[in-house]
Formats: sequence, C-alpha cells, structure tokens
Amino acid sequence: MFDLTGKTALVTGASGGIGGAIARALHAQGATVGLSGTREAPLAELAADLGERAHVLPCNLSDPEAVEALPKAAAEAMGGLDILVNNAGITRDMLFMRLKDEDWQSVLDVNLTAAMRLCRGAMRGMMKARWGRIVNITSVVGTTGNPGQANYCAAKAGLVGLSKSLAHELASRGVTVNCVAPGFIETAMTDKLTDEQKSGILGAVPMGRMGTPEEIAAAVVYLASPEAGYVTGATVHVNGGMVMV
Amino acid sequence: MSDIADRVKKIVVEHLGVEEDKVTENASFIDDLGADSLDTVELVMAFEEEFGIEIPDDAAETIQTFGDAVKFIQDAA
Repeated sequence: MFDLTGKTALVTGASGGIGGAIARALHAQGATVGLSGTREAPLAELAADLGERAHVLPCNLSDPEAVEALPKAAAEAMGGLDILVNNAGITRDMLFMRLKDEDWQSVLDVNLTAAMRLCRGAMRGMMKARWGRIVNITSVVGTTGNPGQANYCAAKAGLVGLSKSLAHELASRGVTVNCVAPGFIETAMTDKLTDEQKSGILGAVPMGRMGTPEEIAAAVVYLASPEAGYVTGATVHVNGGMVMV
Repeated sequence: MSDIADRVKKIVVEHLGVEEDKVTENASFIDDLGADSLDTVELVMAFEEEFGIEIPDDAAETIQTFGDAVKFIQDAA
C-alpha cells in the first residue's frame, strides 16, 4: 500500500518542520523528492540525511520568476514531476485594523499565488502522463478564521477554492488535487507560544495534545498514493478533533 | 499535403487517439474527433511547442477544426 517507487515529488517549504516530515515520508515510500525552500542549508542537510533520490531546489516563493522556473527545474533534476506538495507558508499576523497592504500582499503572494503558479507549471506534465497528485497544505484557520490572521486565513481559504476548481478541471486526466488542513502541530511556529497559550489551545482539542509533523505527512502520503485515485477536491483535516467539518 | 499539415495531424492523432483518416480538413476537434474543452487547450499548447509560435487566447478560440489549425499555423510561421 502507498508505494511511491518511481514517482517524483516536489515539496515546498521543505526546510520547515511539516515540509521536512512530508519529504521524509514521501521518500520513505520510495519517491524521489525535490526539496524546495528559501534557506539552502537545512535543505542540504535534509538531502544529505535522505541520501539517494533527494534533490535540493532552493526557491524564493515571493519572486514570481523563480516560482515559474521551479517546476521545470524540478522535472529536470528528478526526471519528472508526478507529485506537487504546496506546503510553504508564511505569516504576518496583525489585527485587521492595523493590517497594512504589504502584510496582506506578501502572505497572499507566497501562500496562494506561488501555489497557483506551481500548480500551473506542474499540471501540464501530469496531464500528459495521465497521472498526477497535487496536495496543498492549508490550515484549520482557513475554515474557522482566526483573529489576527485575516491575511493568512484568506490565503488558506483561497487555496481550498483553487484546489476544488483544479480538481474539477483535471479529474478526467487522472490528476487529483486535494488539501490537508493541519490544526496545532509541534513546529517552530508553535514553539513560540507560551505555556499558557498552549494550554488554552489544547483545552479546545479533544485529543488533548498537539499533532506531530509526521501525522500531517501521513495524510499527504495517502493523498499522493495510487490508492487515493478516487479522492479529489477533498480536504483532510488533521487537527485532533479541534474542528469537525 | 504540406509538412505543416502532416505535423499538425500527427499531434492530433497522438493526442486524441483517433484514426488518421478521420482527421480531415473540416473535422471539428470537439464535434467529430471527441475532444473536450481541456483537449483543445492541450492541442493549442502542443501546436505552440511544435512550431515555436504563440497562439493568443482569442485566436485559439477560432481554431475549431483541423483545417483551422493548419491555416493559422501556416499564417503564423
């Protein structure tokens, strides 16, 4: 089950906690992985750790030209591009009253527009091959909203709409497009929270604990696998029961 | 038949999986050759790649038949 031998996968934000876990999990299932991110050192470290079938593909997702070039570079490095995981994301949290245009724009650029460009760049090869998997990492707050994150929530909800439309367009070509929506996950992003904040959040999580990056990666592996061929336009929520939708 | 028409026909046959003799001058991609709207977009992109030309969206909409495609590419090349 879930064998990805011979498949090629590009993961953005692979230098982060969740992206790194996704890359590791896809690699463990046999896929060749392209590790993308802005910081090259952690990518190189991850690639060295994975050994064979790992390629470092640095890319600044706020640079449209670099984003346009990434799918081609990935396909050249790996010999194809079967699986795209749009995981990279940034936050510029600010109460909406104080939110500046640039805080809005930079979050939309990286979290939504870059993902759109990568989908567009990757889909052609997938359509030709009559097989492809796109997995977009959204967030529970794209569904619920969150104070101080109007920009982030708008981008994540936008990603869901994008995914569903692409799922319609590409279904007849054997290409599926789905989302994984993490809840509170143990990463550098959530390390910054105080113990008090954490216990407040965990009070709302039936599981009573934070999730791990590996638990997000497992959902991605499933959606990327041949076994998930009939699942498209879906969002898999991995949030310990925090929000049940 | 011109070289361009041969190359266009080859793309159409390969992409749509139709018999070569079905691809006639007036054969409509959608009505006669079983293409869907996504196929027509893919065909246009394949033509662009094969002939190194750019086919704008409004022009692409006018390319309905095999003959339309050959004529457009002959004029553009």
